[in-house]
Amino acid sequence: MIAQRARLATRVKVALILFALFAVFPPLAFALNDPFLILIGTRILAYAIAAMALDLILGFGAMVSFGHAAYLGFGAYAVAILSSYGISDLVVQMVVAMLGAAIFALVTGAISLRTQGVYFIMITLAFGQMAFFFFTSLSAYGGDDGVGLPQRSTLFGRDILGGDTALYYTTLVLLMVLFALCHMIVRSRFGRVLTGIRENRLRMEAIGFAPFRYQLTAFVISGCLTSVAGVLLANQAQFVSPAFMSWHRSGELIVMVVLGGIGTLSGAIGGAVAALLLEELLGMLTEHWRLWFGVFLVLMVLFSPRGITGAIRQIIGRKT
Amino acid sequence: MSRLHVSGLSKHFGALTVTNDVTLDVTSGELHAIIGPNGAGKTTLVAQLSGELRPDSGSILLDGRDITDLSMPRRVRLGLARSFQITQVLPGFTVLENVALAVQARQGSSFRFFAPVGQEAPLNDAAHDALRDAGLEDRAVLQAAALSHGEHRRLELAIALATQPKVLLLDEPLAGVGGAEAEDFIARLKSLKGRFTMVLIEHDMEAVFALADRVSVLVYGQIIATGTPEQIRSDPKVRSAYLGEEEGA
Repeated sequence: MIAQRARLATRVKVALILFALFAVFPPLAFALNDPFLILIGTRILAYAIAAMALDLILGFGAMVSFGHAAYLGFGAYAVAILSSYGISDLVVQMVVAMLGAAIFALVTGAISLRTQGVYFIMITLAFGQMAFFFFTSLSAYGGDDGVGLPQRSTLFGRDILGGDTALYYTTLVLLMVLFALCHMIVRSRFGRVLTGIRENRLRMEAIGFAPFRYQLTAFVISGCLTSVAGVLLANQAQFVSPAFMSWHRSGELIVMVVLGGIGTLSGAIGGAVAALLLEELLGMLTEHWRLWFGVFLVLMVLFSPRGITGAIRQIIGRKT
Repeated sequence: MSRLHVSGLSKHFGALTVTNDVTLDVTSGELHAIIGPNGAGKTTLVAQLSGELRPDSGSILLDGRDITDLSMPRRVRLGLARSFQITQVLPGFTVLENVALAVQARQGSSFRFFAPVGQEAPLNDAAHDALRDAGLEDRAVLQAAALSHGEHRRLELAIALATQPKVLLLDEPLAGVGGAEAEDFIARLKSLKGRFTMVLIEHDMEAVFALADRVSVLVYGQIIATGTPEQIRSDPKVRSAYLGEEEGA
């Protein structure tokens, strides 16, 4: 338990360092006279929320959901649809997004969790695609092409999020709050059961736990949190389209989690930063950036299967 | 008083009958051993008792309640715990956490999302008690994966004890354990006698005759004899079917 607690503390420390870096980023962007970076930063933070939410089930519950982009879509379309009816309040939009995501997660999770391993991956992918094609068919909201948002969500009836910096910090605060929430969950009674199921399902059944209900609950929580990221992404881009929920996007979320180091929460945040920064940087250098990104991923998985977190641990010389 | 009552239990795998009309009565507080040569169907019988496998026919009663169709987790919550022949632990958890989780399963809801479970004293205290019974208290903070084989066997026992079972199914707890460690383990089981009703599946004859109040002999899926260790030792049917073979080996 001492080792476990030390690792928990490290997880929080790493997250705090990341949050501090995020906090000083906007002034830095202004100093560089490149405020556009703040929008890129907001995108990274929003994906960090989604990756962290996915890590909750992938890293701690051994549920590899290949349809998680659907929940980004629920968040994004909650913004698009509600604002078209004049409901632009961020809180209302988030609540609706989470409700939609929860219902979808509850139904699809209950079915998907009847399978395990590669079948679970395939069935979540199938449900993700169903959501994708459903939103593609919504011609009132641009169908395939998506729909632009005339303005960002409001907070307390005011256009607080209109400024890029305000949206950035709002996203950062949400990331921090949700990190704290996830951190609490994984250390709680519930979290211990979830992690136990990952470690050895048969053992858990033999001490009296029926895995299904715990896994399903985690799946629903993860879906809800991911939809928050979708709400933020819609505001960041001021544009919503089914592309948010394509299966590529689900794959990218998995890549972020694996790149950062699964089952660490802070690793998922770091993974989102690393993946999206690499995308931006390599994208500037060459139009074949995906190729080099692939090479990087292969090397990473070969030399540090536990992702960036594992690599950092090796560098500091800790072997836990 | 009958704690665990099995009657007419049968299981077929295709044409092969692995459990053949097994009737077994385990009374409260006794240690009932089930022995039998390799391939007698001991493991399949445990699997049916614990809920891993459904029997084709027959019934299993725990304290008079029919549990034949219940899942393994339900049976455990009703008080039928088991240990595994092949160690099943949570390798990434500490020894204490492995046991505390078994305590948690019977104490309060696990749908609690906020308070850190590591700091719940009642869980840790009960877990320490079970670790003491299994002789592992000085290993509490180690990762389960770091334990030796013999210690894994004891952790299996501690986890099962922590569920506070009415009936404890021990599936070859001594598998792979030898010498002084085995003797120590037998002494521990002996000290648990009376506190728990136990069904012991075991290969080690020495252990069985040292521990059991009653012994049932399983051959080709069938119980051919039940009685005290002395009765079993002198039973000619058993001698020819089982002990004779053992002596010859």
